[in-house]
Amino acid sequence: MSANSTRSRYQSWGRYPPAKHQVRFLRWRHEPLSHIGASSVLPFGNGRSYGDSCLNDGGLLLDMRGLDRMISFDKERGVLCCEAGVLLGEILELAVPAGWFLPVSPGTKFVTVGGAIANDVHGKNHHRAGSFGCHVRQFELLRSDGSRRICSRSENPEWFGATIGGLGLTGVILWAEIQLQRVAAATMDIETIRFADLGGFFRLTEESDASFAYTVAWVDCASRGNSLGRGIFTRGNHAHHDPAPAHATRSALGVPVELPRALVTDTAVRVFNAWYYRRPLQRIRRVPYDSFLYPLDRIRNWNRIYGRRGFFQYQCVVGPSDGRDAVAELLSHIAAAGGGSFLAVLKVFGAIPSQGVLSFPRPGITLALDFPNRGSGTMRLLDRLDEIVRSSGGAVYPAKDARMSADSFRHYFPRWRSFCEYLDPAFSSSFWRRVAS
Amino acid sequence: MSVPKRLLICGATSAIASAAARCSAAAHDLLFLVGRNPEKLRAIADDLRVRGAAQVETLVMDMNDIARHAMLIDECQRRLGGIDAVLIAHGTLPDQAACQVSFEATRAELETNFMSVVSLLTHAANYCERQGKGAIAVISSVAGDRGRQSNYVYGTAKGAVSIFLQGLRNRLHRRGVRVITIKPGFVDTPMTADFPKNALWADPASVGRGVYRALAGGREVVYLPWFWRPIMLLIRAIPERVFKRLSL
Repeated sequence: MSANSTRSRYQSWGRYPPAKHQVRFLRWRHEPLSHIGASSVLPFGNGRSYGDSCLNDGGLLLDMRGLDRMISFDKERGVLCCEAGVLLGEILELAVPAGWFLPVSPGTKFVTVGGAIANDVHGKNHHRAGSFGCHVRQFELLRSDGSRRICSRSENPEWFGATIGGLGLTGVILWAEIQLQRVAAATMDIETIRFADLGGFFRLTEESDASFAYTVAWVDCASRGNSLGRGIFTRGNHAHHDPAPAHATRSALGVPVELPRALVTDTAVRVFNAWYYRRPLQRIRRVPYDSFLYPLDRIRNWNRIYGRRGFFQYQCVVGPSDGRDAVAELLSHIAAAGGGSFLAVLKVFGAIPSQGVLSFPRPGITLALDFPNRGSGTMRLLDRLDEIVRSSGGAVYPAKDARMSADSFRHYFPRWRSFCEYLDPAFSSSFWRRVAS
Repeated sequence: MSVPKRLLICGATSAIASAAARCSAAAHDLLFLVGRNPEKLRAIADDLRVRGAAQVETLVMDMNDIARHAMLIDECQRRLGGIDAVLIAHGTLPDQAACQVSFEATRAELETNFMSVVSLLTHAANYCERQGKGAIAVISSVAGDRGRQSNYVYGTAKGAVSIFLQGLRNRLHRRGVRVITIKPGFVDTPMTADFPKNALWADPASVGRGVYRALAGGREVVYLPWFWRPIMLLIRAIPERVFKRLSL
């Protein structure tokens, strides 16, 4: 079963860098990995990684979406077992009516379970729940030598730790068992509060993290001077009780075609951000979980607004000790350079340790934002941001990266050498060749 | 028209059948799945149970084992307590070039894609006729609407199935039994993994939903997706003296 394909499905969400692949399909979890030939292989979920960690230019991609079956769901204990190609959104469709919810939600529900583990994804509840890997009870790992391992905290723990956040390089995750969290309703109670500067953000975080399960802030990355880091803080909890269950929102909008040029110009960003910051806020609302946790999922193919050249997302964590200064420095550089985008996000990570050797989440402050790809100017700005992150002892998120240097990667992930012992010799990715070879 | 509750699916591990079965599971139906591979059947049965099926039974059988077809209907009837609908979805995609040089290869394809279907239909039709209700759907194909050089062995089997179903529909109409011919166009399944894809290709999930809708009511000859109806109308309208020169 093969397909020689350059179909748009097999690219990353940032649509940069371009890559060519042979594609194979894994459709049954009991079948051997007969797909592998001379070139290296990489499992591919739903292509929501932004950079090149989901690409294997010139090699094979193993399309995992065929492994989309549920295996078991214990509705008493909230333990769900499913194949690795199942989307988080598909879990929600089953779990929410039964009173359960994903323990950790990234910004989109269109990621696979395998991808969520391989990138050890996090969400707005990191300060409460840690990252996705903290809630994985066990999974099965299939290696190119045909060996199969059940991995958990007690069984093959070293493989468990290498595979969580292991970027799909330790073998194929076939299925996983996840502990869900109890919820009483499909809605969430949300508060939105404007803050005038970075100090306001940190005050709101301190005030909110104890009583709100989810906290996040949008920052105006175009603002400077006294209003540096101004933005809107959002905090929320799952509703305790809701007589009228919310209907899941369908994606109403879409960007139907790739735009030849980016809609995202510096002027557009400044005007939008100034309006977005000042827009009237309804302080307390009850909303369907989709509109709080996955707002961008409502706009299909929103990545196309950046045009043919694609975009970079930059997400870093800095601190925790000098994190405030580092965030201010990062934002000043971005505002001075221009070139940032509409959606910049700031959040303080909690102290729950991530489970993976290469996991990104760690105590500190995380900043994420998009940059339209404008070639070498954008690259220079991002390199400058890397210097700030490095000097603060932080890290950049591989799932969103398409350009960090090998040197930076080794600073950010000092345990990368011990991770290498668990690499599957037949597996590789564009990202891995860039940072590790 | 009521939605079927007790559904027999032959070829249950096929992509279209398992997509249709998911709709059925979400409606809390009772399912009896027949397929060749026990591990695949188990994976699909587990999936359907988690997705809400009230009961899932499985039977391992090669559909070419025609001698067991009568037993199959009895077994389904016994385990589900009755049968409201039958979906026949098994099939293979012949290697046209191999069939052109080997009658034995052609015969094997016709056995699987036509004769085994006729055997199943004979038992299913008689069962439904006796009970005076039910729905029988078969996955045929747009390939059966007109013979083409590139896949006329497959087209022959599917065309023959479609004509057999026409007659059966005519016979069972007065007995309250619906006979449904499903004609998918290009579907992105393991069977077609090697084909280059374009905008005409549909994903199995949407085709599966169409199959389940057709079982519940509506037209009895169903093109999936719908746009294949006008396309095939055009293709059938091309005069043979022109058509024979085309390389479709």
